[in-house]
Amino acid sequence: MVTNITNLGRSGLSDWLIQRVSAVVLALYTLFVVAYLLFHPNLDYATWSGLFAQTWMRIFSLLAFISMAAHAWVGLWTVSTDYLKHTGVRFGFQAIVILAIFVFLVWGVQVLWGA
Amino acid sequence: MSSLQVSVYRYNPETDSAPYMQEFQIDTQGRDLMVLNILTMIKDQDSSMAFRRSCREGVCGSDGMNMNGTNGLACITPLSSVVKDNKLVLRPLPGLPVMRDLVVDMGLFYKQYERMQPYLQNDTAAPAIERLQSPEERDKLDGLYECILCACCSTSCPSFWWNPDKFVGPAGLLQAYRFLADSRDNATQARLAELEDPFSLFRCRGIMNCVAVCPKGLNPTRAIGKIREMLLSNAT
Repeated sequence: MVTNITNLGRSGLSDWLIQRVSAVVLALYTLFVVAYLLFHPNLDYATWSGLFAQTWMRIFSLLAFISMAAHAWVGLWTVSTDYLKHTGVRFGFQAIVILAIFVFLVWGVQVLWGA
Repeated sequence: MSSLQVSVYRYNPETDSAPYMQEFQIDTQGRDLMVLNILTMIKDQDSSMAFRRSCREGVCGSDGMNMNGTNGLACITPLSSVVKDNKLVLRPLPGLPVMRDLVVDMGLFYKQYERMQPYLQNDTAAPAIERLQSPEERDKLDGLYECILCACCSTSCPSFWWNPDKFVGPAGLLQAYRFLADSRDNATQARLAELEDPFSLFRCRGIMNCVAVCPKGLNPTRAIGKIREMLLSNAT
């Protein structure tokens, strides 16, 4: 047993499961958005804005954003522990990544529910 | 022209400040020899050449090395399967500290193997004669017990290169599953608990270098997948 306190789920098994489930959510969201764009070749602002005004789309989008945040944290945490051997550099990288993820998540919520 | 150009990694920590590649011309007389034969012929030319070997028939696992970029056992690798453009490059197994020439320090590799407690554990009362297995239970150990610990797989794995002190590596994990799959072993929960963190098992990214190089044709990636399934069904 190797101790870790900066990975998302404090467990390799939970990180692994989160990574796979979030990947499925992101794949579905990507397929939906690409299909929507293909079926609306002359997309205007009103239609696009109308899509995101609906509650189910906001829930779906927020689910995708949270999945993206979790997926990015698990993935980049792994990259940092593979390649950054100096503890200070590694922790610094992890702090910047978690801050960026937090900012993007809050910003995403603001975009969905703001204005 | 039956002269083979062989380039060998040389390093003697007592006299060399850095490793270097030494060139040898070896006359194979047109025969498709094993790489180990070539090393023996090199040792005839230069007796300071150091490498491990013992059984010379792929059973002991001593002569694992990197031949033209691929790990394998020198004794059972014919020249025809590795030599390109009449050139052979021999290097020590990657990722482990070099002690001298092609001899590496296997300490980290054995440490991870030891961590997997590779022996039968059963805390129930011992039967009068032996713990019996059905033929079906015995079949589950096929493809697991044959490992000879040559370290070709673990030293071809980037996850093991980056974290050899934390990631158990394919060889150790194959042995972990060998005892998890054994009907006579009942330390399953303790064994699974040891592997649940983000490094020990989950640093495997499934690139299957281990499967590609195993001289015994074993499949550590499948064993790792099976352990993951056991962990998942145990914890969900």
